[in-house]
Amino acid sequence: MTEQIAVDVRPRTLAEKVWDDHVVVRGEDGNPDLIYIDLHLVHEVTSPQAFDGLRLAGRPLRRVDLTIATEDHNTPTLNIDRQIADPTSRIQIETLRTNAAEFGVRLHSLGDKEQGIVHVVGPQLGLTMPGITVVCGDSHTSTHGAFGAMAFGIGTSEVEHVMATQTLPLKPFKTMAIRVEGELRPGVTAKDIILAVIAKIGTGGGQGYVLEFCGSAIRSLSMEGRMTICNMSIEAGARAGMVAPDEVTFEYVRGRDHAPTGADWDEAVAYWKTLPTDEGAVFDAEVFLDATDLEPFVTWGTNPGQGVLLSEPVPHPAEMSDPNERAAAERALEYMGLIAGTPMKDIPVDTVFLGSCTNSRIEDLRAAAEVVRGKKKADNVRMLVVPGSARVRLEAEAEGLDQIFQDFGAEWRFAGCSMCLGMNPDQLAPGERCASTSNRNFEGRQGKGGRTHLVSPLVAAATAIRGTLSSPWDLQNDASQGITHDAQDTSTAEREAAL
Amino acid sequence: MEKFTTFTGIAAPLERSNVDTDQIIPAVYLKRVTKTGFEDALFAGWRQDPEFVLNRAPFQGASVLVAGPDFGTGSSREHAVWALRDFGFRAVLSSRFGDIFRGNSSKQGLLAAQVEEADIAKVWAAIEANPGVEVTINLEERSVRVSDLTVGFSIDDYTRWRLMEGLDDIALTLRNEHKITEFEARRQSWRPQTLPVK
Repeated sequence: MTEQIAVDVRPRTLAEKVWDDHVVVRGEDGNPDLIYIDLHLVHEVTSPQAFDGLRLAGRPLRRVDLTIATEDHNTPTLNIDRQIADPTSRIQIETLRTNAAEFGVRLHSLGDKEQGIVHVVGPQLGLTMPGITVVCGDSHTSTHGAFGAMAFGIGTSEVEHVMATQTLPLKPFKTMAIRVEGELRPGVTAKDIILAVIAKIGTGGGQGYVLEFCGSAIRSLSMEGRMTICNMSIEAGARAGMVAPDEVTFEYVRGRDHAPTGADWDEAVAYWKTLPTDEGAVFDAEVFLDATDLEPFVTWGTNPGQGVLLSEPVPHPAEMSDPNERAAAERALEYMGLIAGTPMKDIPVDTVFLGSCTNSRIEDLRAAAEVVRGKKKADNVRMLVVPGSARVRLEAEAEGLDQIFQDFGAEWRFAGCSMCLGMNPDQLAPGERCASTSNRNFEGRQGKGGRTHLVSPLVAAATAIRGTLSSPWDLQNDASQGITHDAQDTSTAEREAAL
Repeated sequence: MEKFTTFTGIAAPLERSNVDTDQIIPAVYLKRVTKTGFEDALFAGWRQDPEFVLNRAPFQGASVLVAGPDFGTGSSREHAVWALRDFGFRAVLSSRFGDIFRGNSSKQGLLAAQVEEADIAKVWAAIEANPGVEVTINLEERSVRVSDLTVGFSIDDYTRWRLMEGLDDIALTLRNEHKITEFEARRQSWRPQTLPVK
């Protein structure tokens, strides 16, 4: 053998395979690759200026058949049959409707059964699938990586670029493996895994990387759990998070409205099975987390990396060696109104928010409903339950979850982003404290002066029962001491009164 | 897009880390449907404090922001870049940027210059010693000069070239339109399609 034909047999990661299969033009001399975009998700907040740009330049929207829009950030979760009260929100929604009609984009408006948070809608329609590229003018587009797709948030200029060209010029990301091994204890969830990962690598730890979540703990998660994890990859600074597709993925996609069928399905699955990272592929960085040790995790500060185990106290800034970290912690404690050393479990909350693109899917609602079923909400707490989409809401109602939440004392709302960022009327008042299943605890995120603790749906539910940051484990402890938190059984009371 | 080669302006120190885009522009200001007029929204929460750096002379007229690490993390909102630009900023210096923010900056001619954390501290010290001092940014040389101090910054070659030429991304991409069409012709039929509605 004198000469070898150049065949790329180098072992590759999942991210590299998906990337390679979307290169339209390979960049040379440090120029970016031109990457084809399979699916463009659009919502009302980051699109008006992009549509305007197309109009000004006289450009058409290249592939309306790869584009889908929904209304989510501004939509009210009460009285959705009435005109939107806030005129600026109303104008933004109306602008999307006008733009979608003008350019021929499929739109699911408020009141439509497919309306909802853009990252809930894509997967439930079967549009999100392994091996594709997904973009949206929203940083939580990373959610779709749970399917083994390359999915990332973009800015409005890039939204316009995708509308005009169905491509993006991008430099390859570096790859980071996040290996999570072991079996989660009951009461510990995907949300606790990702909060622990962010606390470990920091809010900047993933910058420039695509994270691939792997290991036995990830493999045993449902698609909903994987979406929760990939959703918050951006909170670790990463553009995208991915999980290799497997039978769990295929079963989730199969039969959905836009899932491939017949020969297309067989071809797709055969291809999807080639996507997992090859034996011997090298990541630019690797991180390990033991899931066996994990406990429910909560944030105490004003960025998602400022988190601890629920069983721990608020940390002492003085013990932090990095001066920036120390200064940020001091500032965060002041904003959050917390004193170092206070047990996290002693912190009372005013509001519990169950919702957002992180944790508003049917499985999240089921898990929380199971905790609060037959219980009574703490008097000091209001609880909002906001399904991720109209379809999730209908599904939950068919299962009776709405009744469980309402009997518990929670408010059962219509679908949207809601209190995750408070662009609609669902906001915290200044100084109010919230246990939230959302993704960001930034200053003022849920309302000016509002204080956010990021938690799992199980912790949210237990907190709503006990009134202080709590997990289902605390409910078990209470039960062993004879404290049940049960709702008063009126039928029994009535029977006794009648006797 | 306006070309960026060298720029001289007053530098404002923002001595905070993890300045996320929710702080740069709170969500309530994202309801506008225009691409300009966001100057009032920049750091809207913090600017209610009269002692906030951009409320104090001589920093109201600043055009270079010198920030702590992890600037522009979080939400993808390009409004953060528009707000900085509309306020008058042409450059932000930080030791680490959120990826999406950095990308968005380059689309609007706002320079996101990555400066070593130790050098950021030196620039802060130079500003403190002489508030209102102007800094000169040279994109060709990848340098920042303030008083007697000159420090370097990192930016990738492609972004630097685009900023220096003031090039529009879409027009650049459409030079390859025939290749996009070729790619589309071989796109597998199982890949997602939003239309027709099923």
